[in-house]
Amino acid sequence: MRIDKDLVAASATPLVLGILADGESYGYAILKRVNELSAGRMTWTDGMLYPLLHRLERSGYLQATWHEAPTSRRRKHYAITAAGLDALAERRRQWEVVSGALDRVWREATTVVTPPAPATAVGR
Amino acid sequence: MTAVHEPLDGDVEAQIGQWRGYVQRHRAISGNDVEELEGHLRDQIGDLGRSGLSGDEAFLVSVKRLGRLDVVSREFAREHSDRLWKQLVLAGSGEAATGGTRRELGVVLGLAVGAGLAIKLPALVGLTLADDPGFYARNLALFVLPLLAAYFAWKRGMPIRRATLMLAPPFAVAAVLANVYPFATEGATEVLTAIHLPVVLWMVMGLAYVGGEWRSHPRRMDFIRFTGEWAVYYVLLALGGGLLSGLTIAGFALLGTDAAEFVGTWVLPCGAMGAVLVAAWLVEAKQAVVENIAPVLTKVFTPLTALMLLALLVATLAGGDVVQVERELLILVDLILVLVLGLLLYAISARDPDAPPSGFDWLQLLLVGSALAVDVLMLSAMAARIAEFGFSANKSAALGLNLVLLVNLAWSAWLSVGFLRQRVPLRALERWQTGYLPVYAAWAALVVIAFPPVFDFV
Repeated sequence: MRIDKDLVAASATPLVLGILADGESYGYAILKRVNELSAGRMTWTDGMLYPLLHRLERSGYLQATWHEAPTSRRRKHYAITAAGLDALAERRRQWEVVSGALDRVWREATTVVTPPAPATAVGR
Repeated sequence: MTAVHEPLDGDVEAQIGQWRGYVQRHRAISGNDVEELEGHLRDQIGDLGRSGLSGDEAFLVSVKRLGRLDVVSREFAREHSDRLWKQLVLAGSGEAATGGTRRELGVVLGLAVGAGLAIKLPALVGLTLADDPGFYARNLALFVLPLLAAYFAWKRGMPIRRATLMLAPPFAVAAVLANVYPFATEGATEVLTAIHLPVVLWMVMGLAYVGGEWRSHPRRMDFIRFTGEWAVYYVLLALGGGLLSGLTIAGFALLGTDAAEFVGTWVLPCGAMGAVLVAAWLVEAKQAVVENIAPVLTKVFTPLTALMLLALLVATLAGGDVVQVERELLILVDLILVLVLGLLLYAISARDPDAPPSGFDWLQLLLVGSALAVDVLMLSAMAARIAEFGFSANKSAALGLNLVLLVNLAWSAWLSVGFLRQRVPLRALERWQTGYLPVYAAWAALVVIAFPPVFDFV
């Protein structure tokens, strides 16, 4: 199943903030985590993650630091800030409203709506 | 920084190197970003290699997953529009752009000639500079800035109706006010109008520069950058033009012909007007040839100005009585504040917004702080005298400008402190400056519109 591009874009910010709320991380690891969480069904264009991270950094939601990796190649790590946590909480409230409304629509819809595919191997 | 992080075969290394070179050509993606993307690519290749793909295959899949580079680059550009500033001219250069460039040059030269003729038009109907210098002083900006506004409205592709509605009324009102008010000859209000009207009209021209998007803060920042670069180019053109004029006069003098008259009445005024447009076009078109110069000057003069202000501060505190020169002093203090504000603006405009606070930011705070201290000390020393002699037009204009600048610098200093303590993002400082632009326009407009009648046109 391919997730609609707009839906991916809309969920990208809360997803990234949510992943970083668990601890600081870097671009490639964040994408791997998104892959795990969605069981590979949310496909991002990898390159697009970085402008998003920079935008969040500029908005003050993330703080970036360059870490010297043991293999001598530097890596840019991102950590969530207090403002980022606030933004995440706010996004979460918004998503809960949206998904609550959608839930009711699924339940009350008179025509048959295909039920969600069975969850497969979420996480590893 | 490109040391191999796990052994990849030489083929893949070469491919990554090629890829890196290709990415580096996208100006919106800075060196650090390339490194970040390359790290991602290598991680991906490594993972794919472990799951059994050959080096070549892994490289291809990884690059494909990164996405089309022009799309990614555009996304970077949207986030870091400041990086494009140095490169505007290169966009679309090469293939089909030359036709457009040539056409633009034609438009600019046409408008420049138009501006040159406009300044000579009154003389052709019998009103020369010697007859009425006040007329020329008041209308100077009106001869050229409408043309510059027209150039930018055309360049930015503003719809004609929108451009006319937005730009024509202010220019028309300015033309009426500058010529209908019954100014006393060489009175203070006439001089004030001659100084403030160009500021108002420059801002009106700015509406065209930003293509009507005056609400956009990034566009306003571009306008600030443009203003600084334009001033630099204009001075350079003026120096070159002056030198050339001098050589011309000297050359003809050797042949026994006096060219000074012709140079003075035709070449200088027409050249000065035309250069306004040519300088604007140079800023637009040739940014890649000369690096942005205003920020360079800022870096040089920030420490020097801070030093000068500290010396002034010490001298004031060490009992230097403020002597009676009050109007001159007011104007002097205003000029100092304008200089400090300019240094602050161009430092912000050229700063990498992602970089953490550095020593230079401290220096800047010192600069603003000492300017504020000097201003407050001198104003309080003068307060009694100002009250005693009442408010003349000049004094009111100088005091008002002082207040406008003081408010800006005081809040800038406050934001800088927050930035240095990493409580406030640099963006807040940027937004404060871009948000303040209309205040200058409003103050200058107030001086132009209200001061002459209030002070009886003297």
